[in-house]
Amino acid sequence: MKASETKKVHFQIYRYNPDMDKSPSMQDYYLDVPADRDIMLLRALLMLKEQDGSITFRRSCGEGVCGSDGLNINGRNGLACITPLSSLKQPVILRPLPSFPVIRDLVVDMTQFYRQYEKIKPYLQNDEPAPAEERLQSPKDRAKLDGLYECILCACCSGSCPSFWWNPDKFIGPAGLLQAYRFIIDSRDTHTDQRLSELDDPFSVFRCRGIMNCVDVCPKGLNPTRAIGKLRSLLLQHGS
Amino acid sequence: MVSNATSYTGSGLRDWLIQRVSAVVLGAYILFLLVFFMSHSGMEYATWEGLFGQLWMKVFTFVALLSLYAHAWIGVWTVLTDYIKPVAIRVTLEVLVVLSLLTYLIWGIVVVWSI
Repeated sequence: MKASETKKVHFQIYRYNPDMDKSPSMQDYYLDVPADRDIMLLRALLMLKEQDGSITFRRSCGEGVCGSDGLNINGRNGLACITPLSSLKQPVILRPLPSFPVIRDLVVDMTQFYRQYEKIKPYLQNDEPAPAEERLQSPKDRAKLDGLYECILCACCSGSCPSFWWNPDKFIGPAGLLQAYRFIIDSRDTHTDQRLSELDDPFSVFRCRGIMNCVDVCPKGLNPTRAIGKLRSLLLQHGS
Repeated sequence: MVSNATSYTGSGLRDWLIQRVSAVVLGAYILFLLVFFMSHSGMEYATWEGLFGQLWMKVFTFVALLSLYAHAWIGVWTVLTDYIKPVAIRVTLEVLVVLSLLTYLIWGIVVVWSI
């Protein structure tokens, strides 16, 4: 690539290898990227990895479907693969998802996050005898799942939620609660009452203070705060 | 289900509802007092006594004090469970807060009922 066809982009990347480093540090990187077209941040990271093979991050599909590359990009959580480099101010500061334990560099331990997801029993529960073919659902009931089923569990929302930062073991977090609501309003699920009963404690749902960081960062444009509001209304109907 | 012994009612829904209802009561009480004080310039003890001496005002004040007790318990408990992680320190602070709130509640009732 000729110099005239490229431009230099400055990155500051969080580096931490618990086996080698005493503490995390920010490392500067400069990358020549094509001047005539835009690239996604993930592409830039892959190019940086050619410069320094030790930079560690997760990635898989590269098109905003798998949710592997959730990062804190210039202070805001997002997916590297669908964030255009041109939209970012320099230096581009990359950190792992806030509050998640760091395994190495930008790779975080998602165990706690998945444990919360597991708590809401993210599968259909139905006590009625199974029909010969499949459980049918009217288009109207199916439409209720729109805006909920699209979640890819990238953890951008829960990683931006202070309530989840302080109580990741007790507060289910926006991602888990969006899914809790998704199964509670599913017409094919018959465990609605049990599901609601399991959420009526001071932490699981009610630790949400409604600051809407989750809505602000969701790369899929979903609205966990609205789902949590609906859960509260359902809990009120269920419990009063 | 996450169990907790120090929250106001132990139920997330009940705590949430009480906090909202008590906020409305406190809002109404504060607004009422503001309007009363602003519409009575040059307040004297007699004016104050004239208001707080009436039974409905005593009841209104009692409900407001009770609301403050519940509202502050739930609110401060939420803040403490967010930020104070060592259990011994947190429970000590929670108990101190609740005892102070209880003191204010009883003291407030004694003051208002002695008029």
